[in-house]
Amino acid sequence: MTDLVIAALCLFAVWTGWRVFRVDSMVRASFSLMLSFVAVGAVGVVLSAPYIGIATIFMMAVEMMVMAIFMVMFMMNPAGLNPMVMVHQHRVAAVAGGLAFAGLAAAVLAADPPAARVATGTDTVAALGHELLGPSMLIFETAGVTLLATMVGAVILSSRRGRFGPADDGSRPPGLEPGGPPAGRQPEGGGGHHHHH
Amino acid sequence: MTLTIVLLGAAALIGIGLYGALSQQSFVMLMMGLELMLNGALLAAIGLWSLALGGMPEGQLLAIVVMAVMAVEMAVGFALVVAIYRKRQADMTESIGTLAG
Repeated sequence: MTDLVIAALCLFAVWTGWRVFRVDSMVRASFSLMLSFVAVGAVGVVLSAPYIGIATIFMMAVEMMVMAIFMVMFMMNPAGLNPMVMVHQHRVAAVAGGLAFAGLAAAVLAADPPAARVATGTDTVAALGHELLGPSMLIFETAGVTLLATMVGAVILSSRRGRFGPADDGSRPPGLEPGGPPAGRQPEGGGGHHHHH
Repeated sequence: MTLTIVLLGAAALIGIGLYGALSQQSFVMLMMGLELMLNGALLAAIGLWSLALGGMPEGQLLAIVVMAVMAVEMAVGFALVVAIYRKRQADMTESIGTLAG
Protein backbone atom coordinates (compact mmCIF):
# COMPACT_ATOMS: atom_id res chain seq x y z
CA MET A 1 0.00 0.00 0.00
CA THR A 2 2.72 2.45 1.00
CA ASP A 3 4.61 1.34 -2.09
CA LEU A 4 1.67 2.27 -4.29
CA VAL A 5 1.26 5.70 -2.70
CA ILE A 6 4.97 6.42 -3.00
CA ALA A 7 5.13 5.16 -6.57
CA ALA A 8 2.18 7.37 -7.49
CA LEU A 9 3.75 10.41 -5.82
CA CYS A 10 7.12 9.77 -7.50
CA LEU A 11 5.44 9.36 -10.89
CA PHE A 12 3.52 12.58 -10.31
CA ALA A 13 6.73 14.40 -9.35
CA VAL A 14 8.49 13.17 -12.49
CA TRP A 15 5.52 13.91 -14.74
CA THR A 16 5.06 17.46 -13.44
CA GLY A 17 8.83 17.93 -13.68
CA TRP A 18 8.66 16.91 -17.32
CA ARG A 19 5.71 19.25 -17.91
CA VAL A 20 7.89 22.17 -16.75
CA PHE A 21 9.74 22.09 -20.06
CA ARG A 22 6.73 21.17 -22.18
CA VAL A 23 4.00 23.70 -21.36
CA ASP A 24 3.68 26.87 -23.42
CA SER A 25 3.28 29.28 -20.53
CA MET A 26 6.13 30.03 -18.18
CA VAL A 27 3.73 30.71 -15.34
CA ARG A 28 2.24 27.27 -15.88
CA ALA A 29 5.80 25.90 -15.92
CA SER A 30 6.55 27.38 -12.52
CA PHE A 31 3.33 26.00 -11.06
CA SER A 32 4.16 22.62 -12.56
CA LEU A 33 7.52 22.75 -10.82
CA MET A 34 5.72 23.63 -7.60
CA LEU A 35 3.53 20.52 -7.95
CA SER A 36 6.67 18.45 -8.41
CA PHE A 37 8.09 19.83 -5.17
CA VAL A 38 4.78 19.25 -3.37
CA ALA A 39 4.86 15.60 -4.47
CA VAL A 40 8.42 15.22 -3.13
CA GLY A 41 7.33 16.85 0.12
CA ALA A 42 4.44 14.40 0.35
CA VAL A 43 6.88 11.51 -0.14
CA GLY A 44 8.79 12.94 2.83
CA VAL A 45 5.61 12.99 4.93
CA VAL A 46 4.80 9.38 4.00
CA LEU A 47 8.38 8.30 4.70
CA SER A 48 8.23 9.57 8.31
CA ALA A 49 10.01 12.87 7.68
CA PRO A 50 7.03 15.17 8.28
CA TYR A 51 9.08 18.22 9.16
CA ILE A 52 11.21 18.07 6.01
CA GLY A 53 8.17 17.30 3.87
CA ILE A 54 5.95 20.09 5.15
CA ALA A 55 8.83 22.58 5.13
CA THR A 56 9.55 21.67 1.50
CA ILE A 57 5.93 22.23 0.54
CA PHE A 58 5.71 25.62 2.29
CA MET A 59 9.05 26.84 1.04
CA MET A 60 8.45 25.78 -2.55
CA ALA A 61 4.92 27.19 -2.65
CA VAL A 62 6.31 30.62 -1.75
CA GLU A 63 9.35 30.23 -3.97
CA MET A 64 7.30 29.37 -7.03
CA MET A 65 5.03 32.38 -6.44
CA VAL A 66 8.18 34.52 -6.59
CA MET A 67 9.26 32.57 -9.66
CA ALA A 68 5.92 33.26 -11.35
CA ILE A 69 6.36 36.99 -10.72
CA PHE A 70 9.78 36.85 -12.36
CA MET A 71 8.27 34.97 -15.27
CA VAL A 72 5.78 37.77 -15.83
CA MET A 73 8.54 40.37 -15.45
CA PHE A 74 11.11 38.90 -17.81
CA MET A 75 9.50 36.56 -20.23
CA MET A 76 8.14 37.25 -23.67
CA ASN A 77 5.47 34.61 -23.40
CA PRO A 78 4.28 34.51 -19.79
CA ALA A 79 0.65 33.82 -20.59
CA GLY A 80 1.18 31.01 -23.05
CA LEU A 81 -0.81 32.62 -25.85
CA ASN A 82 1.61 31.30 -28.46
CA PRO A 83 3.37 27.97 -28.68
CA MET A 84 6.74 28.37 -27.00
CA VAL A 85 9.93 26.65 -28.02
CA MET A 86 13.01 28.33 -26.67
CA VAL A 87 15.71 25.71 -26.65
CA HIS A 88 19.23 25.43 -27.95
CA GLN A 89 21.48 22.39 -28.35
CA HIS A 90 18.35 20.34 -27.93
CA ARG A 91 19.82 17.00 -29.00
CA VAL A 92 22.90 17.32 -26.79
CA ALA A 93 20.74 18.26 -23.82
CA ALA A 94 18.33 15.37 -24.38
CA VAL A 95 21.20 12.89 -24.69
CA ALA A 96 22.89 14.26 -21.56
CA GLY A 97 19.65 14.06 -19.58
CA GLY A 98 18.95 10.54 -20.80
CA LEU A 99 22.49 9.43 -20.01
CA ALA A 100 22.28 10.92 -16.52
CA PHE A 101 19.02 9.09 -15.88
CA ALA A 102 20.30 5.82 -17.35
CA GLY A 103 23.54 5.95 -15.36
CA LEU A 104 21.84 6.79 -12.09
CA ALA A 105 19.11 4.20 -12.67
CA ALA A 106 21.72 1.54 -13.40
CA ALA A 107 23.54 2.48 -10.20
CA VAL A 108 20.27 2.27 -8.25
CA LEU A 109 19.42 -1.15 -9.69
CA ALA A 110 22.93 -2.51 -9.22
CA ALA A 111 23.45 -1.23 -5.70
CA ASP A 112 22.58 -3.23 -2.64
CA PRO A 113 21.83 -0.63 0.03
CA PRO A 114 21.19 -1.54 3.64
CA ALA A 115 17.54 -1.96 4.54
CA ALA A 116 17.24 -0.29 7.92
CA ARG A 117 13.88 1.49 7.99
CA VAL A 118 12.97 4.14 10.51
CA ALA A 119 11.66 2.30 13.57
CA THR A 120 7.93 2.81 14.01
CA GLY A 121 7.14 5.22 16.79
CA THR A 122 10.37 7.19 16.44
CA ASP A 123 9.86 10.91 17.02
CA THR A 124 11.86 12.04 14.01
CA VAL A 125 11.02 15.71 14.43
CA ALA A 126 12.39 15.72 17.97
CA ALA A 127 15.47 13.84 16.73
CA LEU A 128 16.00 16.50 14.07
CA GLY A 129 15.66 19.28 16.63
CA HIS A 130 18.17 17.69 18.99
CA GLU A 131 20.55 17.18 16.07
CA LEU A 132 20.22 20.77 14.84
CA LEU A 133 20.79 22.33 18.24
CA GLY A 134 23.24 19.67 19.41
CA PRO A 135 26.01 17.90 17.52
CA SER A 136 25.32 19.63 14.19
CA MET A 137 24.84 23.12 15.50
CA LEU A 138 27.85 24.46 13.63
CA ILE A 139 26.42 23.26 10.30
CA PHE A 140 23.06 24.81 11.14
CA GLU A 141 24.66 28.13 12.08
CA THR A 142 26.79 28.06 8.94
CA ALA A 143 23.66 27.66 6.86
CA GLY A 144 22.19 30.71 8.61
CA VAL A 145 25.26 32.84 7.91
CA THR A 146 25.27 31.60 4.30
CA LEU A 147 21.68 32.76 3.89
CA LEU A 148 22.60 36.14 5.36
CA ALA A 149 25.49 36.47 2.90
CA THR A 150 23.08 35.50 0.13
CA MET A 151 20.70 38.28 1.11
CA VAL A 152 23.51 40.84 1.09
CA GLY A 153 24.80 39.55 -2.24
CA ALA A 154 21.36 39.55 -3.85
CA VAL A 155 20.69 43.14 -2.78
CA ILE A 156 24.08 44.33 -4.01
CA LEU A 157 23.82 42.48 -7.33
CA SER A 158 20.35 43.71 -8.13
CA SER A 159 20.59 47.33 -6.96
CA ARG A 160 20.72 49.90 -9.70
CA ARG A 161 23.02 52.25 -7.85
CA GLY A 162 26.08 51.33 -5.87
CA ARG A 163 27.32 53.21 -2.86
CA PHE A 164 29.66 55.39 -4.91
CA GLY A 165 27.51 56.01 -7.97
CA PRO A 166 25.93 54.05 -10.79
CA ALA A 167 26.69 50.36 -10.62
CA ASP A 168 28.27 50.24 -14.10
CA ASP A 169 30.34 53.40 -13.63
CA GLY A 170 33.74 51.75 -13.71
CA SER A 171 32.88 49.34 -16.48
CA ARG A 172 31.94 51.87 -19.16
CA PRO A 173 34.65 52.46 -21.75
CA PRO A 174 36.15 55.95 -21.99
CA GLY A 175 35.25 58.23 -24.90
CA LEU A 176 37.14 58.18 -28.19
CA GLU A 177 37.97 61.87 -27.72
CA PRO A 178 38.36 63.42 -24.28
CA GLY A 179 35.01 64.22 -22.75
CA GLY A 180 33.15 62.45 -25.58
CA PRO A 181 30.46 59.82 -25.23
CA PRO A 182 31.67 56.36 -24.16
CA ALA A 183 32.96 54.18 -26.97
CA GLY A 184 31.56 50.84 -27.94
CA ARG A 185 28.09 49.39 -27.89
CA GLN A 186 25.60 51.08 -25.62
CA PRO A 187 22.92 49.09 -23.83
CA GLU A 188 19.64 49.44 -25.67
CA GLY A 189 17.09 51.56 -23.89
CA GLY A 190 19.85 53.10 -21.81
CA GLY A 191 19.58 50.48 -19.09
CA GLY A 192 21.43 51.63 -16.04
CA HIS A 193 21.91 55.17 -17.29
CA HIS A 194 18.71 56.78 -16.10
CA HIS A 195 19.31 59.92 -14.15
CA HIS A 196 15.69 60.94 -13.72
CA HIS A 197 12.71 58.78 -12.93
CA MET B 1 11.37 -2.16 -3.29
CA THR B 2 10.15 1.20 -1.97
CA LEU B 3 13.70 2.51 -1.91
CA THR B 4 14.22 1.46 -5.53
CA ILE B 5 11.06 3.31 -6.59
CA VAL B 6 12.08 6.46 -4.76
CA LEU B 7 15.64 6.41 -6.11
CA LEU B 8 14.46 5.78 -9.67
CA GLY B 9 12.12 8.76 -9.34
CA ALA B 10 15.03 10.86 -8.07
CA ALA B 11 17.18 9.71 -11.00
CA ALA B 12 14.43 10.70 -13.44
CA LEU B 13 14.09 14.13 -11.83
CA ILE B 14 17.85 14.69 -12.07
CA GLY B 15 17.86 13.61 -15.72
CA ILE B 16 14.97 15.92 -16.63
CA GLY B 17 16.57 18.77 -14.70
CA LEU B 18 19.87 18.30 -16.52
CA TYR B 19 18.04 18.31 -19.84
CA GLY B 20 16.26 21.54 -18.90
CA ALA B 21 19.36 23.29 -17.59
CA LEU B 22 21.28 22.48 -20.78
CA SER B 23 18.52 23.14 -23.30
CA GLN B 24 16.59 26.19 -22.12
CA GLN B 25 17.51 29.56 -23.52
CA SER B 26 15.79 31.70 -20.94
CA PHE B 27 17.65 32.24 -17.67
CA VAL B 28 14.61 31.63 -15.51
CA MET B 29 13.76 28.36 -17.25
CA LEU B 30 17.40 27.31 -16.90
CA MET B 31 17.13 27.90 -13.17
CA MET B 32 14.02 25.75 -13.07
CA GLY B 33 16.17 22.92 -14.44
CA LEU B 34 18.67 23.45 -11.61
CA GLU B 35 15.83 23.44 -9.09
CA LEU B 36 14.52 20.19 -10.54
CA MET B 37 17.93 18.55 -10.09
CA LEU B 38 18.00 19.68 -6.45
CA ASN B 39 14.47 18.30 -6.10
CA GLY B 40 15.78 14.91 -7.19
CA ALA B 41 18.66 15.15 -4.72
CA LEU B 42 16.20 15.97 -1.94
CA LEU B 43 14.02 13.00 -2.86
CA ALA B 44 16.99 10.65 -2.86
CA ALA B 45 18.20 11.99 0.50
CA ILE B 46 14.78 11.53 2.10
CA GLY B 47 14.43 8.02 0.67
CA LEU B 48 17.87 6.84 1.75
CA TRP B 49 17.47 8.37 5.19
CA SER B 50 14.09 6.76 5.78
CA LEU B 51 14.52 3.35 4.16
CA ALA B 52 18.21 2.49 4.27
CA LEU B 53 19.84 4.34 7.14
CA GLY B 54 17.31 3.67 9.88
CA GLY B 55 16.50 7.35 10.39
CA MET B 56 19.81 8.67 11.61
CA PRO B 57 19.33 12.37 12.48
CA GLU B 58 22.19 13.53 10.23
CA GLY B 59 20.15 12.43 7.21
CA GLN B 60 17.45 14.98 7.94
CA LEU B 61 20.19 17.57 8.38
CA LEU B 62 21.37 16.80 4.85
CA ALA B 63 17.85 17.48 3.57
CA ILE B 64 17.88 20.83 5.38
CA VAL B 65 21.21 21.67 3.74
CA VAL B 66 19.75 20.83 0.31
CA MET B 67 16.85 23.18 1.01
CA ALA B 68 19.24 25.95 2.04
CA VAL B 69 21.14 25.43 -1.22
CA MET B 70 17.86 25.81 -3.13
CA ALA B 71 17.13 29.10 -1.40
CA VAL B 72 20.64 30.43 -2.07
CA GLU B 73 20.47 29.37 -5.71
CA MET B 74 17.13 31.10 -6.25
CA ALA B 75 18.14 34.35 -4.56
CA VAL B 76 21.54 34.72 -6.20
CA GLY B 77 20.21 33.49 -9.54
CA PHE B 78 17.42 36.03 -9.67
CA ALA B 79 19.78 38.78 -8.56
CA LEU B 80 22.09 37.86 -11.45
CA VAL B 81 19.14 37.84 -13.88
CA VAL B 82 18.20 41.34 -12.74
CA ALA B 83 21.81 42.56 -12.94
CA ILE B 84 22.32 41.19 -16.45
CA TYR B 85 19.01 42.61 -17.60
CA ARG B 86 19.97 46.04 -16.26
CA LYS B 87 23.33 45.93 -17.96
CA ARG B 88 22.55 44.24 -21.26
CA GLN B 89 18.77 44.15 -21.60
CA ALA B 90 19.30 40.40 -21.93
CA ASP B 91 17.08 37.57 -20.74
CA MET B 92 18.44 34.80 -22.96
CA THR B 93 21.71 32.93 -22.69
CA GLU B 94 22.59 33.79 -26.31
CA SER B 95 22.53 37.50 -25.51
CA ILE B 96 25.58 37.21 -23.30
CA GLY B 97 27.64 35.30 -25.84
CA THR B 98 30.54 37.68 -25.26
CA LEU B 99 31.20 35.69 -22.10
CA ALA B 100 32.02 32.63 -24.24
CA GLY B 101 35.71 31.80 -24.25
